[in-house]
Amino acid sequence: MSKQLLDYNDIKRVLRRMAHEIIEKNKGTENLCLVGIQKGGVILARRLASQIELIESGRIAVGILDITFYRDDLNTKEEQPVVKRTEIPCTINNKTVVLVDDVLFTGRSIRAAMDALIDFGRPAYIQLAVLIDRGHRELPIRADYVGKNIPTSFNDRVEVFLEEDGKKDKVILVPGL
Amino acid sequence: MFKAKDLLGIKELTTDEIYYILETASGFKDVLQRDIKKVPPLRGKTVVNLFFEPSTRTRISFELAAKRLSADVINLSTTTSSVVKGETLKDTALTIKALGADFVVIRHSSAGVPHFLSRLLNISVINAGDGANEHPTQALLDLFTVLSYKKKIKDLTIAIIGDITHSRVARSNIYAFTKLGAQVRVICPPTLMPAEVKSLGIEIYSNMEEGLKKADVIMTLRLQLERQSKAFFPSLEEYFYLYGLTTERVKLAKDNAIVMHPGPMNRGVEIESEVADGPQSVILEQVTNGLAVRMAVLYLLAGVKK
Amino acid sequence: MKILIKNGRIIDPLQDIDRKGDILIEDGKIREITLVRKRGSAEARKKKVPDFRASELSNFRTIDASGCIVIPGLVDMHTHLREPGFEYKETIKTGTKAAVRGGFTSVCCMPNTNPVNDTIAVTEFIIKKTLKEGSCTVYPIGAITKGQNDEELAELEALKRSGCIAFSDDGRPVANSLIMRHALEYSKIFDVPIISHCEDLHLSEGGVMNEGFVSTILGLRGIPKAAEEIMVARDLTLCRLTGGRLHIAHVSSEGSVRLIRDAKARGINVTAETCPHYFSLTDESLISYDTNLKVNPPIRTEKDVEAIKQGLKDGTIDVIATDHAPHHIDDKTKEFDAASFGISGLETAFSLGLQLVGQEVLDLKQLIMKMSVTPSNIMRIPKGTLSSGADADLAIINLEHSFVVDSSRFLSKGKNSPFNGWTLKGTVEKTIAMGKVYDWT
Repeated sequence: MSKQLLDYNDIKRVLRRMAHEIIEKNKGTENLCLVGIQKGGVILARRLASQIELIESGRIAVGILDITFYRDDLNTKEEQPVVKRTEIPCTINNKTVVLVDDVLFTGRSIRAAMDALIDFGRPAYIQLAVLIDRGHRELPIRADYVGKNIPTSFNDRVEVFLEEDGKKDKVILVPGL
Repeated sequence: MFKAKDLLGIKELTTDEIYYILETASGFKDVLQRDIKKVPPLRGKTVVNLFFEPSTRTRISFELAAKRLSADVINLSTTTSSVVKGETLKDTALTIKALGADFVVIRHSSAGVPHFLSRLLNISVINAGDGANEHPTQALLDLFTVLSYKKKIKDLTIAIIGDITHSRVARSNIYAFTKLGAQVRVICPPTLMPAEVKSLGIEIYSNMEEGLKKADVIMTLRLQLERQSKAFFPSLEEYFYLYGLTTERVKLAKDNAIVMHPGPMNRGVEIESEVADGPQSVILEQVTNGLAVRMAVLYLLAGVKK
Repeated sequence: MKILIKNGRIIDPLQDIDRKGDILIEDGKIREITLVRKRGSAEARKKKVPDFRASELSNFRTIDASGCIVIPGLVDMHTHLREPGFEYKETIKTGTKAAVRGGFTSVCCMPNTNPVNDTIAVTEFIIKKTLKEGSCTVYPIGAITKGQNDEELAELEALKRSGCIAFSDDGRPVANSLIMRHALEYSKIFDVPIISHCEDLHLSEGGVMNEGFVSTILGLRGIPKAAEEIMVARDLTLCRLTGGRLHIAHVSSEGSVRLIRDAKARGINVTAETCPHYFSLTDESLISYDTNLKVNPPIRTEKDVEAIKQGLKDGTIDVIATDHAPHHIDDKTKEFDAASFGISGLETAFSLGLQLVGQEVLDLKQLIMKMSVTPSNIMRIPKGTLSSGADADLAIINLEHSFVVDSSRFLSKGKNSPFNGWTLKGTVEKTIAMGKVYDWT
């Protein structure tokens, strides 16, 4: 039985709060760049950027990062990798890059994302923003901005649906077997 | 989607698999345009380039592809290996396996050698050209190149010129382009036309002018110069007169036709320098794309459970 | 020592026998056949066992052959025993063992050994070695030319005198037409056949399989059918010119069948053989580059297979021979181009032939003709019959029982069989060669 964790309004409120936190922590938006991790983080990065732009004036650069080539599970995953687009619109040297993802789980995607990002340059800071932190970290990685902490069991699935993909905004938990 | 542990030939691939490789290759083409052109997915893996035929380009391309994927590369060629000491192919293969290699990229003058290795070894075997059978990565890079210019393959007319009988590039390209819906023509002297090749669903010409008419893609093959001694044709001059790709002849194809050559070229034999270096030539682009395609193949095979 | 084979279905085409009965063997010879009376007759019952039985019971072996056919031992007129010179591939000992395993009691061995069988010494060696170690009768075939080098005729008279029953340069063609002419002429003195391996070496150069669609998609060098047919045509022409006795070895192509059929119609003195692989396989089976399918002449197409069958049916092709060509595993575990040509055929030949009976290409009698009677006639050897007084050479075969071919269990040293894993009908239960019983059950 799946359980709804966040609805449309929840997500809206959570992202607004995270936008404020990002601005607050970085004392403004100077040198700030958001990079969404393919696939779930891309839309969230765009939404966060427009929220930030509503609060502070000026454009926020948003990039897309595909981490397929940096994953450590090429041999162990059941399904085969599908390469998606990577687009880093500006130099990231000496920037504060906020990586954005939908769900933070084992931490391995974030590890891969940091490796991928570093191949594009040397950011001053890398921060991490996630909509959901569901625990079960396998690496020493912690998010700087968390939409919601959800306790889960390892085999559960957390699914994020967003309007831009043609779905209604919501986050649900599907219990594992 | 990708189930076989090996890439033996285009014959063995489905159209879905072909497109999957091409899409993955385009991801790698992006990587190759970055400052740091190296990605880590094959870290700790070992690729052995086992070349029983002299080939610089294909070997270098595979070597660089493997290195860009962070793999370790060993090059074994006939001049440096124990093959000259009379070691059997089987023993060479088992040695490579015992060394812990994860991939063997094989080039051999005898058709079916990759299949032989594939049965012998549980590691991935990539065919880098076997006799007159196949050269699958060449066809994949040719598809990739044509796709980047023409945006589609279906309904294109591809004219392949040259020694079809002895050409693995021709065979792989015939399979690749016909599988993806193009109309393939081969143009060659009847002495260099393999038996019953028409049954592959292609058109056959021995007249260059007719064969090139309205073609979207002109692909001319390297002529092995030693063929002359076996009476396949009387002289290189006569071959050039009949089948050499000249500026005049290129004009018979569509205006936006592209000219391809798998290299290395015999300028003045199968292709005129003016064409090779001309505006319609995409020959160097093929080389660049070869790298991306070979990265894709290595990368995708690494993901196949063995 | 007497052997009584009881209750088998006895088939002896030469005596026009196909009936249930018993065969008595005494001292390595067939002594008597007792047949069950014709069905429907008032006395339809088994004749009493001969009287001598009771008195000599101790020195008597009875073999129950019920459910089996009892036929003249098979005669292979085209075998490579490899000895002398290539003992790692096969020996007279192992090759004849494989022969009896396959129901053969006589094999004619080709001269392409090392040294070539072009001298009395080699012929005598083969014969002596056979007496010592052989399981069946071996008839040597002498070389046509010295060293099979296509230059000088071997001493055919000497070879014939020391035991050769035919001449061939098999493995290589006699490319020189003048030499072939002279071979056909000179051999008339002894009334022995010249067995021709038909291949134009220029056309077949570098080829490793049939030239056609399959060779095109495999990228392997093809051997056109013309390479065989040109030489078949030449040899038929020379045969007509000389009036010699020509036997065409391993016919593989439709065109060759047609040429031989026409020649026979014109009264040319020719006989021909094919081999099981030419009517059991097509070149499509090479798709996996399995070197066990590499054989010369190559396995052809469906059309050729049909023509071969037709040729067997209408009598154009007289004989089914094995062209048993055993190879060491190292000679086959190679790149296709480098692997040796040949199939280890003795232990599957009859069962593959039997498939022709199932397909109604031949009836059982015709199959036995082509695998025993006719080769004996062509070679002028006293084999291929169960007549009283003949050598006790026979095979007892269960036609209904099927088995899975497992080449690793071949008695031949050559495990190179493309039929490995096939399920075939017709199990050789016992072979009796010169009165000696080999029991495979």
